[in-house]
Amino acid sequence: MMSLFWAVVFRDLRLALRHGADTLGAVLFFILTGTLFPLALGPSPDLLRHMAPGIIWVCALLAALLPLDRLFGAELEDGSLDQLLLLGLPPALVALAKITAHWLTTGLPLLIAAVPLAIMLGLPTATLPILLAGLLLGSMVLSLVGGMGASIVLGARRGGVLLPLLVLPLITPALIFGAAAIDAARTGLPWGPDLELLGAFLAGALPLCPLAAGAGLRAAVE
Amino acid sequence: MLDDVSLSLHAGEAMLLTGPNGAGKSTLLRVLAGLRRPDGGALLWDGVPIAEDRTAHATRVAYLGHQDALKPSLSVVENLHLFARAGGGDMTAALKAVDLLPLADLPARLLSAGQKRRAALARVLLAQAPLWLLDEPSLGLDANAIVLLGEAIARHRAAGGVVIATTHVPLPLEDVRHLALPGAPDPADRWWDEESSALSPADHEGASA
Repeated sequence: MMSLFWAVVFRDLRLALRHGADTLGAVLFFILTGTLFPLALGPSPDLLRHMAPGIIWVCALLAALLPLDRLFGAELEDGSLDQLLLLGLPPALVALAKITAHWLTTGLPLLIAAVPLAIMLGLPTATLPILLAGLLLGSMVLSLVGGMGASIVLGARRGGVLLPLLVLPLITPALIFGAAAIDAARTGLPWGPDLELLGAFLAGALPLCPLAAGAGLRAAVE
Repeated sequence: MLDDVSLSLHAGEAMLLTGPNGAGKSTLLRVLAGLRRPDGGALLWDGVPIAEDRTAHATRVAYLGHQDALKPSLSVVENLHLFARAGGGDMTAALKAVDLLPLADLPARLLSAGQKRRAALARVLLAQAPLWLLDEPSLGLDANAIVLLGEAIARHRAAGGVVIATTHVPLPLEDVRHLALPGAPDPADRWWDEESSALSPADHEGASA
């Protein structure tokens, strides 16, 4: 069963590779919106350093949302979702495989792209590991919650509009703790508890979101 | 939409679902595949309701829908790879059976409608499932491909498989049962022998093999 799970993941990775422009779109969006802030706020290094954690987190969140409505939408439209559900994998595992592929093609590149953006905004290099640790957990949570949201709005008429409205409120705790961890590290406060709370969020989302997403997929093909 | 339909099939049997557009043929196939929950009634496999474990039922079903479910950017082999893995079928044999071997490495977007349909049929072969559910399998196929389809179905039945297919055109099948779904009477849909069409009223749908 696990080999079939990874076969679904690899199929998605191969598709993402073929549609390289779509896959890179989220990362380019992330870098572009990130670079707009210095232009809009002015080049004061102090201000930018102060705002960097928030800017990076909000931009990463919005960028990761971009490919979400195609995550299951494309599969539903061309009939592939029927075939995926008939593979013999539980629907929750099908959803988790797609979510894993979303993280590998969106979350992971964002994580890497966050480093140059953080340096550009003047974030002290000592806080970079904490930024990355927070984003690592946060991007996984976002893929899980986002995948759940995407499967729930699947087949809805204005799914693309509904999706951010559904996912963004659910993801705010991750944003708060993720940005707070970097702030704490920058000001010399303990940042451990913030990351632990992010980890707890991930631990809760990991079993629950795929289950809800699987139920959403079943309902979508009915 | 679909009421009072009852059917039961045994190993090696084939059934054609016919009826006017909108009679519920595709809906019935999706119910039989376990993709759709029936509003009422029961669906049994070897006497066990499939609703108990829909994931297990999925491994018994090879479903060919209206859509070919091919990703345009992937080649035929890449499209089918996942399903060969799931069903354990032999890719070369399946592609040969639908005469797609020379086009195996071509991206699906370059295939014609009939070739895409044949690729989707290859997926049915790869699933190695006892129950084939084919929704208008001959859609877009040329005469030669329809013969290949008939041969594939015959081989599947000889091996003890069950086939349920919807169709609007005659398919090269021997010893086949008919289920005509009610709807607006459409003489053009009644090309088959009237006597062999059977519809028995009952409050459940059952399939057993």
